[in-house]
Amino acid sequence: MKRLAVVTAALAFTVALIAAMLELETSPIDLRGPVAAQLAASGVDHPVTAVLLNYRGYDTLLEIAVLLLGVLVILAVGVDRPAARTEQPDPLLETLVRLALPLMVVVAVYLLWAGAFRPGGAFQAGAVLAAAAVLRHLAGLQAGWAAPGLRLRLGLVAGFVVFLAVAAALLPQGALLQYPPAQAGMLILVIEAALTVSLGLILAGLFLFLSP
Amino acid sequence: MIASTGMIFAVTGAVLFALGVAGVVLIDHLLRRILAFNLMGSGIFLILVGLAQRHDVPDPVPQAMVLTGIVVAVAATALALALVRKLHALSGRLTLPGDGE
Repeated sequence: MKRLAVVTAALAFTVALIAAMLELETSPIDLRGPVAAQLAASGVDHPVTAVLLNYRGYDTLLEIAVLLLGVLVILAVGVDRPAARTEQPDPLLETLVRLALPLMVVVAVYLLWAGAFRPGGAFQAGAVLAAAAVLRHLAGLQAGWAAPGLRLRLGLVAGFVVFLAVAAALLPQGALLQYPPAQAGMLILVIEAALTVSLGLILAGLFLFLSP
Repeated sequence: MIASTGMIFAVTGAVLFALGVAGVVLIDHLLRRILAFNLMGSGIFLILVGLAQRHDVPDPVPQAMVLTGIVVAVAATALALALVRKLHALSGRLTLPGDGE
């Protein structure tokens, strides 16, 4: 009975949502123009990066805070780690991972740099770094992380702290995170570099803190 | 208009979202419920990205929101999985009390 009601409601909702989207001829809010008009003053040449790090810097600041909070809660809950695996690591996988890891680091740095003028940026770079760490772990080259030491803790909070420091330093000039156009590009690169390190460590930590 | 790529993404997203909602409500197993919750999120991302590129030039603002959302969704999923594992370690069960009995 419950199943029937839920499925019917979900179907009706889908139909209504699709109908509403098809009705949507012209959107009353069109942000393409304003974004393009301010792109020259944003410090970067790619609109998505400009939105993430400049126009909507708040979102990104809070996002890294949410990620940090997630890792902190996982550490606070204190997951019971299963016993370490005993099987032998696969030599083929191990060799492949050894070959792939340097390339992944290079790709991450490239993505970070490319974010200024084409699709890329701190998130993608951080995700690649995290994937590299997880791959290393799965190949048996790296144990899971136990309680984080001082360096790891510093790395986890670096992105949030640097972002917050830049935001606070800009506060006397007026609004929070309102970069002066002349230094915007440099500031965004500094923030993105710190974000990349922290995002990589946090995303890897979400896996490695839970793994033996 | 109707057949544009963006609208196909958006309609697919709406279907995925409804599937996810039904899954969250109907499924008791917590791991599968987390998967359904992610399906909901992916549906919303598809709607946002799809609607953003209805026109010739895609709107970068929803794309940036989706980028932020994906990362937050990964963190939320990891947190949920950690909590499920803790629940399993403490009580030996993978359903919430009151569900499925």
